[in-house]
Amino acid sequence: MPKLFRYGLPIVLLILGAYYYFSPSENAIDNSIPEVVDYNYHIRPILSDRCFKCHGPDANKRKANLRLDTPEGAYAAFKDNKAMHAIVAGNPNASDAYLRLITKDTSQRMPPMNSHLTVSVHEIELIEKWIKQGAVYKPHWAFIKPVQSTLPEADKDWARSPIDYFVYAKMEEKGLSPSEEATKEQLLKRVSLDLTGLPPGLDMQDRFLQDNSEKAYEKMVDELLASKHYGEKMATPWLDLARYADSHGYQDDGLRTMWPWRDWVIHAFNSNYSYAKFLTWQLAGDLFPKPTKEMLLATGFNRNHKITQEGGVIDEEYRVEYVNDRTNTFSKSFLALTFECARCHDHKYDPISQKDYYSTFAFFNQVPEKGLFGTIDASFADPPNMSISTKDVKAILKFINKKDTSSVDVMIMADSTHRRPTYVLSRGNYDMHGAEVTMGLPKSILPFDGKKYGQNRLGLARWLLDKNNPLTARVFVNRIWAQIFGRGIVKTVGDFGMQGELPTHPELLDWLAVDFQKNGWNIKRLVKQLVMSATYRQSSTLTKNALKTDPENIYLSRMSRIRIPAEQIRDQVLASSGLLNREIGGPSVKTYQPKGLWEVATSGRGSLMNYIQDHNQDLYRRGMYVFIKRTVPPPSMLIFDASNRDQCEVQRGRTNTPLQALVMMNDPHVLESARIMASKLSQEQGNLENKIKQSFRKIICRNPSKKEMDLLTIYYQQEEESFKKSPQKVQKLMKIGEYKLEKARNTSATAALMLTIQLIYNMEEAIMRV
Amino acid sequence: MENEFLKNRLNITRRHFFGQAAAGIGGLALGSLLVPDLFKGGESSQAMPLGLAHFAPKAKRVIYLCQNGAPSQYESFDHKPLLNKMAGTDLPESIRGGQRLTGMTASQDKFPLVGSFYGFKQYGKSGAFVSDLFPHIGSIADDLCIIRTMNTDAINHDPALTFLQTGAQVGNRPSMGAWMSYGLGSENKNLPAFCVLLSRGRGNGQGVYSKLWTNGFLDSTHQGVVFSSSEDPILYLNDVEGIDKAGRRRMLDQLAELNHEGFQENKDPEVEAKVQQYEMAYRMQTAVPELTDLSKEPDYIVKMYGPECLVPGTYAANVLLARKLSESGVRFVQIYHQGWDSHGNLPKEMAMQAQDVDRSSAALITDLKQRGLLDETLVIWGGEFGRTNYCQGQYTLDNYGRDHHPRAYSIFMAGGGVKPGTVYGETDEFGYNVIKDPVHIHDFHATVQHLMGINHEQLTYKHLGRRYRLTDVAGNVLPGLIA
Repeated sequence: MPKLFRYGLPIVLLILGAYYYFSPSENAIDNSIPEVVDYNYHIRPILSDRCFKCHGPDANKRKANLRLDTPEGAYAAFKDNKAMHAIVAGNPNASDAYLRLITKDTSQRMPPMNSHLTVSVHEIELIEKWIKQGAVYKPHWAFIKPVQSTLPEADKDWARSPIDYFVYAKMEEKGLSPSEEATKEQLLKRVSLDLTGLPPGLDMQDRFLQDNSEKAYEKMVDELLASKHYGEKMATPWLDLARYADSHGYQDDGLRTMWPWRDWVIHAFNSNYSYAKFLTWQLAGDLFPKPTKEMLLATGFNRNHKITQEGGVIDEEYRVEYVNDRTNTFSKSFLALTFECARCHDHKYDPISQKDYYSTFAFFNQVPEKGLFGTIDASFADPPNMSISTKDVKAILKFINKKDTSSVDVMIMADSTHRRPTYVLSRGNYDMHGAEVTMGLPKSILPFDGKKYGQNRLGLARWLLDKNNPLTARVFVNRIWAQIFGRGIVKTVGDFGMQGELPTHPELLDWLAVDFQKNGWNIKRLVKQLVMSATYRQSSTLTKNALKTDPENIYLSRMSRIRIPAEQIRDQVLASSGLLNREIGGPSVKTYQPKGLWEVATSGRGSLMNYIQDHNQDLYRRGMYVFIKRTVPPPSMLIFDASNRDQCEVQRGRTNTPLQALVMMNDPHVLESARIMASKLSQEQGNLENKIKQSFRKIICRNPSKKEMDLLTIYYQQEEESFKKSPQKVQKLMKIGEYKLEKARNTSATAALMLTIQLIYNMEEAIMRV
Repeated sequence: MENEFLKNRLNITRRHFFGQAAAGIGGLALGSLLVPDLFKGGESSQAMPLGLAHFAPKAKRVIYLCQNGAPSQYESFDHKPLLNKMAGTDLPESIRGGQRLTGMTASQDKFPLVGSFYGFKQYGKSGAFVSDLFPHIGSIADDLCIIRTMNTDAINHDPALTFLQTGAQVGNRPSMGAWMSYGLGSENKNLPAFCVLLSRGRGNGQGVYSKLWTNGFLDSTHQGVVFSSSEDPILYLNDVEGIDKAGRRRMLDQLAELNHEGFQENKDPEVEAKVQQYEMAYRMQTAVPELTDLSKEPDYIVKMYGPECLVPGTYAANVLLARKLSESGVRFVQIYHQGWDSHGNLPKEMAMQAQDVDRSSAALITDLKQRGLLDETLVIWGGEFGRTNYCQGQYTLDNYGRDHHPRAYSIFMAGGGVKPGTVYGETDEFGYNVIKDPVHIHDFHATVQHLMGINHEQLTYKHLGRRYRLTDVAGNVLPGLIA
């Protein structure tokens, strides 16, 4: 018997067994049949996932001329047999769609064998009951305009904000109750990481711990929201979504200079531009009458896609690819819909036709650009572009961190004076023109009235911001929620379509979305609202009950513990050691990186052939400024799940791997930070206990327990003994990193403290948002 | 307490598994990676738990020798004497049949045919034609399954390589190796399931890009791990000078206790998973350098692969390392060798490239065979597309170049359940079009997955509402390639 099989089966049994044994409540939820079966919540997820691919919106691939995604389609008499119907409301046994689920005849049964899909017994029961109750269809929840409902009942002693009422009600429904409030130490670390991406320093920790006033927490929140680092923290996820990078991305992968656009994003968040302005300028800043240079710069959003520099490519093939990229990025980031599925055929699940896709594509198809402007280093910013001079930076673009007197070019958007006709592209091929289309958007979301909004990208922005648009506010609010709580109210933050997950707290999502719209799309206000809630302030300690009933923390009866993102791991290390260079913006930096990575992968052309590392203060910039060469992204970032910026990404993974352990143990940044912290502490007065405690507080942001102090002290003593026996090791360790510290004492004691600090950096809690 | 950790992990894993619905086997493999010791067969066992194949696999592991830049089929495996006869005359339009041209030859007004500068011989019982540039590969022709009818959709390197490796020209999809890692897991708990080795020849080169070994939307656990020829075979593997093995152990012991202490407070089962990952890192620190040390290879091996195999970073050294990794249970070893993009100076450049790869490529297959591993190891050799039968640039009798050609090109496979001593597919006399048994990239992927025990339609991953697979919406398993 092959080895594969020898292991295979028992693993399945073990996992299944474990599941059924340990997670009874989830099973109970799974298999209960509700009083009233709801189309949106119970039925559509089944039909969409198992049926719509062949019996859904895609007219060209529809089988048996039957569609089940609309009531008209489902109730209609069959063309070839007028006596038969897929669904007869109230009568499952007359509904062919139901009979096809339960038949024993595998040639008749749906879904067909070769689809490899099945419908479970429980799901069949739901469908049966739904048909019995009248087979009522409802529009997809995300396409119905949100309305604010009244707050449900909640424990008024616990609730601090409207958010808490919705969360409390859901908890109660699930038999859960809120956790106690987090400790002040925990709360401070949490909110500091969430609002600035940096750990609180010792001063801040002391100040907050000593402030016993009622308003202590709110004061701290306001202080953090006003910090210049708030914009950096908020910008980073936006850079993933906007696929920002420092190189062009295809094969030769030459340098590009889009960093002034990145500086603008930070500036926009720090200045608290409304989401309406933020969105409009990025989508259509160039189309305002007399746009300012700042408005033009914002449009760089739509030029961050990859651009080829491979000699010999077919120009139009790539030009079309860039327009596709913009269309997909637009739909994913602003609407959380997967328009790209409709590039080659009508969407299989969502009401987005191929014609809709190319109508949206038409907005982005007007740029006077080339597929291949030039080969490597022909340009760092292909036209249309804009030059930013020192004069600009002194006058209106003050937020750009330009380091020298030479001007810098950035790519921006523009529309040609002659409108380029747009066609449906058959099977998505650039050279297979079908019917001509005009600018438009799927009417299932909100009909696009060109006269009302305007037939260009500015009209597109107005359509997004129309108070009747059901998606824009929901999608943004959900994404900010996910950034702060670790999981969206709609878990699939990039997919609000039929195949996406349903909101866990629909009324809460809608309440927040409407509130956000009503209050001028004010982002800082939204963020503050979330972090001021009692929900946010809960302890993150897991209880046995919560772990059993809600391991994923869907119902928020505690705060989630989250491993911080790649860039912040670097920030955490540099900030706690005091090495961090707190400069904002500017050209990206090349910090320590293992040798030879660029060299072994290069085509041998262009200015990014070799990795030329920066020095001095540039080595200690925040993670978001680390240079991203798309074909060889910075390895320690990728190891911690950062985006490779290949395309729009709205959600990162959060893995836990041995390679991450190796980075934390051996990355020179971590070791150098440990060295500097140890050397500085060695120069200070005070006993060992105090020094270890300080280090611990800087990194973990709380006081160590007695046991922890004991463990660290024992480790320190062991290491000091070892260094005394082999002093040459001390010298070697003291050489790590380029930072020079005056009057550093390279003694066994310093080296032992350095390793003790390195040990603290490797603690699980060091890189957790607790 | 450890058991409680594991129970909880198991819960999460299981949910992950069923969350992916149709991706059953993937969920299992993933689970095992997250909890490396969970299913371990006993203290002495080195085997990681394996994923669940759909059916009995013929191959357990793949070594993919990707010849990056597209070696010419006309100077390797597709013998076309007609081209020599007709050299200098224009490619008939009837043969070209509207094939699009790259920007490099689109402005040429003539397409003069050009035959191989190098002769061909027939080898073995199969009588396969192999060019004189590849005598070692020719000598093992009876172990090979040569495919002369590969075809692809892309006409430039970046999209073609991306298509070859991920099944899509654009879109950040997971690469072949990542799918294998996801579907089948790892056989060795001290090594990644998917390893990548890079080298460069002396011909005109094109770069490589990390998206070729990306995990795409799969967990980053499935990302290809690049092995380098520098002191650190895996990034950040070696402890810095001043920290020795015993010191690292002391640190890890103390770290586990500290984390345990933290767990008393936070009760988060992820803490134990973290401790496990540190232990695996520690084991890798010993296992990997032992494996990558080629200096202790016996003489007969060095002879077989050629003396270059002792020079770190060369193709030969990488091929030998690939064998060692594969033998140790690495599911998918991917080699990229650059330098095959012969737009000009083809005779000279191709000879240098062939010299770099011929001996060691053949040695790998012989070596695996001698070790009894060829049956369960699938070796693949080939590029992302072929080259044109007409000349790019100035044509002289002893110097010419060839542009990109997607419609037909040659690769070979060996071992792992492919039919040995086979020449599969036929091109027309001009070598331009497939006339019998085409092998599209999707078919190639479907067949490779089939050999690994995977039904290519069933290994799927649901991402943003859609179930993705390596073969996208196409691909047929080709029985003619299978023993």
